Amino acid sequence: MAMSVARFWRKIPQRYNLVGTTCTRCGQCFFPPRSFCPDCRRAGNIVDYRFSGKGTVVTHTVIRTASEQFEQMTPYVLAIVKLDEGPRITAQLVCAPDEVRIGMRVRPVFRKIAADGKSGVIYYGTKYAPAE
Amino acid sequence: MRDVAVIGTGCTTFGEKWNSSFRNLFVEAGILALEDAGVAGEQIDGLYVGNMSAGRFVEQEHIGALIADYAGLASHHIPATRVEAACASGGLSFRQAVIAVASGMEDIVVAAGVEKMTDVASGASVDALAGAADREWEGFVGATFPGLYAMIATDYMNRYPLTREQLAQVAVKNHYNGARNPIAQFRQEISIDTVIKSSLVADPLRLFDCSPITDGAAAVVLAPLERAREFTDTPIKVLASAQASDTITLHDRRDISTLDATVAAGRRAFAASGLSTTDIDLVEVHDCFTIAEICAIEDLGFCRKGEAGRMTWEGATALNGDIPVNTSGGLKACGHPVGATGIKQVFEVVQQLRGEAGKRQVEGAEIGMTHNVGGTGATVAVHILGV
Ligand SMILES: [Zn+2]
Repeated sequence: MAMSVARFWRKIPQRYNLVGTTCTRCGQCFFPPRSFCPDCRRAGNIVDYRFSGKGTVVTHTVIRTASEQFEQMTPYVLAIVKLDEGPRITAQLVCAPDEVRIGMRVRPVFRKIAADGKSGVIYYGTKYAPAE
Repeated sequence: MRDVAVIGTGCTTFGEKWNSSFRNLFVEAGILALEDAGVAGEQIDGLYVGNMSAGRFVEQEHIGALIADYAGLASHHIPATRVEAACASGGLSFRQAVIAVASGMEDIVVAAGVEKMTDVASGASVDALAGAADREWEGFVGATFPGLYAMIATDYMNRYPLTREQLAQVAVKNHYNGARNPIAQFRQEISIDTVIKSSLVADPLRLFDCSPITDGAAAVVLAPLERAREFTDTPIKVLASAQASDTITLHDRRDISTLDATVAAGRRAFAASGLSTTDIDLVEVHDCFTIAEICAIEDLGFCRKGEAGRMTWEGATALNGDIPVNTSGGLKACGHPVGATGIKQVFEVVQQLRGEAGKRQVEGAEIGMTHNVGGTGATVAVHILGV
């Protein structure tokens, strides 16, 4: 997919540090960040919010056929994780394929996500590891 | 609004068509549809074409004008518009054409769909298709399209009684139908063993749970119902056209295993036509993966949540069942040239309602439905057609 530097850099606070937003009117938390609360709409008030990153596996798979950028990493575990603050995200899990379970508690870890070819840009971001 | 009818259809064969270019494909389908309708090029008031990603697959954008040009219509300067909603591009192209005719703005309108997918390596096509989901928050972390549907399957199988064999039966049934369809990419029957012994792509989905990479094009011609008999003795009425959207990411859905956009579009289509599921004689659903057909049958209301696996296993969705599903072979066996799929579904239903479906004819079919999904359910188009 070869992303421009600016396009990746713009999302570093979110990808590295799980910075999303919250609506101070209704208390909902948003990740990825939203600048407009779908419920309070124009009456809402959006501020930055750093997520704890702790969460629970909702569903999962093991990717065995990947796109070019991820081919060398197969097989890898992919899951939807529900963060304790509410939002769900899609992320890779750092565990063996037979280890993943629905309901498993996970914590964030900082990892390499992908690279553009052998000498290209390396993308970092958040993966999740079993918490217990 | 005016009533709208389909007056002609055309479709290329589906498959890995090494000898056909992007341009050859849609010209072939377009000519077949115009000949079927008995319409001359200069009579066309408008053209809509569904196409997901010619930019990624053949590095060509500006598809509307290109198609009109190569269809020999450049000197007529007809309005030609590309419609894009990932794998639902064809369904939305059909809907735009219906709206154009119903509104009275245009009379004779062509709705087409085309995708040329085999000119790039398979890793590149996997990446292009991942663009149907959220590139920044799904694709970036390594989510493939099969991977997302696999997570629907994991969630579903954790909550409902769906067995591995029942899921495989979706593919077995669709290959049985595909074997009886002259345009299908895969024209051979398979067994449960073929599916459950094929290689894992994204657990629990295996190779034979997935629709293939396909080249193909399809086109239909629409007219106001009041003019339809000028062109054909067998006009097929458009009884309802519905569309719905939902979150782009799978993880943001209200329920991972329910496509709320399918539920919404289905309800709108039934409300608009005054019909219910028991009136439908056959339905073409979007089985990009076997689990997607299971969800579609339930979300459209043909059975309750959790029952589609048993229903499939017992044969209710087979050609001679209570509600034949994917008589064309579906995306699984007929093939899935993404932008063309929604139009091919209409092509199949029209053939069935005209009684021209040969060995896969549903006896006495009078009302048929199409269901076309973009991404993991962020866009859905549902149409009901009748004689
Ligand atoms: Zn709010």
